[in-house]
Amino acid sequence: MMDKKNEEDGSGNPFSNLEKTSVLQEARTFNETPVNPRKCIHILSKILYMLNQGEQLGSTEATEAFFAMTKLFQSKDVTLRRLVYLGIKELAGVADDVIIVTSSLTKDMTGKEDLYRAAAIRALCCITDTTMLQAIERYMKQAIVDRSVEASAAPQLVSALHLMRSSPDVVKRWSNEAQEALNSDNVMVQYHALGLLYNIKKSDRLAVTKLVAKLTRSAPRSPYAVCMLIRTACKLMEEEDAGTESPLFDFVDSCLRHKSEMVVYEAAHAIVNMPRTSPRELAPAVSVLQLFLSSPKPTLRFAAVRTLNQVAMTHPAVVTACNLDLESLISDVNRSIATLAITTLLKTGAESSVDRLMKQISSFVNEISDEFKIVVVQAIKALCLKFPRKHGVLMNFLSSMLRDEGGLEYKASIADTIITIIEENPEAKEAGLSHLCEFIEDCEHTSLAVRILHLLGREGPKTKQPSKYIRFIYNRVILESAARCQMDSDDEVRDRATYYYNILDQQQAALNNQYILNSLQVSLVGLEKALQAYSQGPADQPFDLRSVPVAEAAPTDSRAAAPEGSIASSRKPEEKVTATRQDVFAEQLSKIPEFQQLGPLFKSSQPVELTESETEYVVQCIKHVFAHHVVLQFDCKNTLNDQLLEDVTVQLEAADGFEVVATLPCARLEYNVTNTCYTLIKLPDDLMATVGSCGATLRYVVKDCDPATGLPDTDEGYEDEYLLEEVELTVADHVQRVLKANFGAAWDEIGDQNELEDTYALSAMKTLEQAVKQISQFMGMQACERSDKVPDGKSSHTLLLSGVYRGGAEVLVRARLALSDGVTMQLTVRSTDPAVSEVIASAVG
Amino acid sequence: MGGLLSYFQGLFGSREMRILILGLDGAGKTTILYRLQVGEVVTTIPTIGFNVEQVTYNNLKFQVWDLGGQTSIRPYWRCYYSNTDAIIYVVDSADRDRMGISKQELVSMLEEEELRGAVLAVLANKQDMEGAMSVAEVYSALGLEALKTRTFQIFKTSAIKGEGLDQAMDWLANALQAKK
Repeated sequence: MMDKKNEEDGSGNPFSNLEKTSVLQEARTFNETPVNPRKCIHILSKILYMLNQGEQLGSTEATEAFFAMTKLFQSKDVTLRRLVYLGIKELAGVADDVIIVTSSLTKDMTGKEDLYRAAAIRALCCITDTTMLQAIERYMKQAIVDRSVEASAAPQLVSALHLMRSSPDVVKRWSNEAQEALNSDNVMVQYHALGLLYNIKKSDRLAVTKLVAKLTRSAPRSPYAVCMLIRTACKLMEEEDAGTESPLFDFVDSCLRHKSEMVVYEAAHAIVNMPRTSPRELAPAVSVLQLFLSSPKPTLRFAAVRTLNQVAMTHPAVVTACNLDLESLISDVNRSIATLAITTLLKTGAESSVDRLMKQISSFVNEISDEFKIVVVQAIKALCLKFPRKHGVLMNFLSSMLRDEGGLEYKASIADTIITIIEENPEAKEAGLSHLCEFIEDCEHTSLAVRILHLLGREGPKTKQPSKYIRFIYNRVILESAARCQMDSDDEVRDRATYYYNILDQQQAALNNQYILNSLQVSLVGLEKALQAYSQGPADQPFDLRSVPVAEAAPTDSRAAAPEGSIASSRKPEEKVTATRQDVFAEQLSKIPEFQQLGPLFKSSQPVELTESETEYVVQCIKHVFAHHVVLQFDCKNTLNDQLLEDVTVQLEAADGFEVVATLPCARLEYNVTNTCYTLIKLPDDLMATVGSCGATLRYVVKDCDPATGLPDTDEGYEDEYLLEEVELTVADHVQRVLKANFGAAWDEIGDQNELEDTYALSAMKTLEQAVKQISQFMGMQACERSDKVPDGKSSHTLLLSGVYRGGAEVLVRARLALSDGVTMQLTVRSTDPAVSEVIASAVG
Repeated sequence: MGGLLSYFQGLFGSREMRILILGLDGAGKTTILYRLQVGEVVTTIPTIGFNVEQVTYNNLKFQVWDLGGQTSIRPYWRCYYSNTDAIIYVVDSADRDRMGISKQELVSMLEEEELRGAVLAVLANKQDMEGAMSVAEVYSALGLEALKTRTFQIFKTSAIKGEGLDQAMDWLANALQAKK
């Protein structure tokens, strides 16, 4: 397709296939005297064309071309001179020492030739810097108030706006001239003058408020300026958080009755976009837009329908009033208008009208641009979520769109929509997958094909007929010549190809299951450390992968992890931190001699509060679990400013079987500084005894001190203690979450040797969601295959959980839940270690 | 080929002569340029970059480049050296302090290969000012006696009053004609 396009371009375009070096070579012609204007015009056009095609020049090349171009100032040819101005603007950013043309440009902007003046002003503003600007400031100011509008005032005002960015201090001195220009009779000058004034005063809220207040009382004649004023007023309202009672709102509202359509539209657009407008305030704006819908001018119809399309997202009810007018726009000759009309109707309409509207869209979807096709796709996506039962019609439509011509962005949005539908609606899965399969048979966008193949790999095995998808995948494998992957230029592709090839070559189902279907999930930092230690030590035993700490499963999807919107947003970043958090802890703990013999850190719990947050001392506990030990990390904070604590420890009354091996005190605890003490506990060998709670007491020596300086009054302190809440060790503390991408394979692989099955009545649970959440939490395991998401309106559900128990034993849980006056659960646990099965099953009891 | 072309153009006398006006800032270069072009004194501001004008003198056409003389702009002079037929080097005769700098700039400019064949007219400008150095003083201050092979001449001028410019241009026109 690309080639065809190039050919087409090539036939009519004399500038196609320009080569940078040869064009720059030709540019040396500029140095010749006398100047040959015809030749130079042609070369300069080539340079400009090339730059606008995105060709980049190095600064030496650019500077050379620029200086050659300056020679052209000797020619009096008007066309050539104007091209020179363009060339200056294009090269100003790249070439060095562009100020060399300053004098020539100042002369042209003040000269008699009107054709030169505007362009010279614009070019001058591109090359000047703050110091130069001061030297030519006088000319700039004069230009603003020049009587010749097109040649001087308007371009100078616009250029001043650009200069605000680089030299705000100089431009600020021009506000008197801008104020004068604001009174001009010319609409454009008035508009630009307002723009400049606003930008000069922008950082001073009071000044802007004054300016707007003054102008809203006697609005400028220029409709452009009024539009700008409406925007500024809205911005002010937003900043002041003003509601519809503000006088500014009255101004915007009054603009709905302005005689210029542009102003009326701007006002309506502003009102519908205000953050807190009620349907009552929206109504006049919407009815203005409704009038525009039947305007003979296509631009107005387009603007109105586009705005209504946006309003329909937030206030569909208000837009319903326009439905009749929108219906008539479906047959509009302008396809963009028709598309927006239909998609608006899709948002406001009922389920019954979907079929009819879809039929109408398909009649012209091929005639609209990609950008609008994406609007259609998004509307369809919203519809699918709103009316899941319509997925058949909508999906067929999407797949036919997928077959048509279109760019990557468009195709990606379709694929995205289909994937979303598949995920949201299990009934649509098979149909959706087969549409996608068909698509990758002839898909020019590799990134999309890869995504779809990945999806097939995930979803395919769980469908009724997995073999159906193998053919499609196999086709790709054959055609994309996977064998060459081991020689790919990308490191990761090569590594992965070698990795998979070696494993597949072993022809062992167990290996395939463990390392391909469910990928390796270890902490990379931990693996590196363990391998390093192994390669340094005596290697008479093979490397045991189980000694490597497991990486906590990353949250699969914020929506799946937390159905409630509020939690979803607060939870995601937090979990992101925990991914590296454990490595940080491992590093910290390994520096303490007492903990160096414990082996790799298996898991660190979230901090648990052992005190109320508003008490004298605040203590948090983090449980670090090792193969046979637990390190309790107590982060203590002293909130009393007249006390200094020393020798702080946490005394534990360990339950049976637990043995306190070491206590590491914290030497000093000053006011408002968090410090840490540790307690090391050896765990009992009997797994069933590793769950329990220990009473805890904070012990310390108090020294009273001066609140102001923090220095103790005396050297003598007294011992004291403070009762903390019990430290609990739960089943979840011993389990690390591991995501199995293919749960079924892992389940079969582990076998039923150590299977435990029991049925429980969870009477405290009121909903399936609640049960799913609680069970995952108690067991500390990862929900697989999105099974933590309970479809709406279902009375039964199967939850699949996966994890690794301390010591490296894998454990899988299948919980079949049924809703019946509370929740009934049939729990099946499988593990490589019978004791682990038992302890996990006990977690729910 | 370039030589042949200029030979023919020389025969018809139609080729524009290319002249550079150089010198330190404030020497009066821009004033001289416009005095030559429009015959009047115009108000000028320091030239950032250059001015280029066509000047007709005694039916001869000159293309005159007036390059800014500020320290920051002097390095760019050399970008405009090629194809130059004549140089007008302007000196502020009253600026005794910077005569040395002016000499250095002149010397290093004349060393440029591209200007090897260019005719040189030195204008000891601002002769109207009180305390201005005489032509002889300027001559020796610039070390002009060391110029052996160059076709050159020094003139005393006052651009403001319009004195001495005609003599300089007459000489230049003749020297350029003779060179062909």
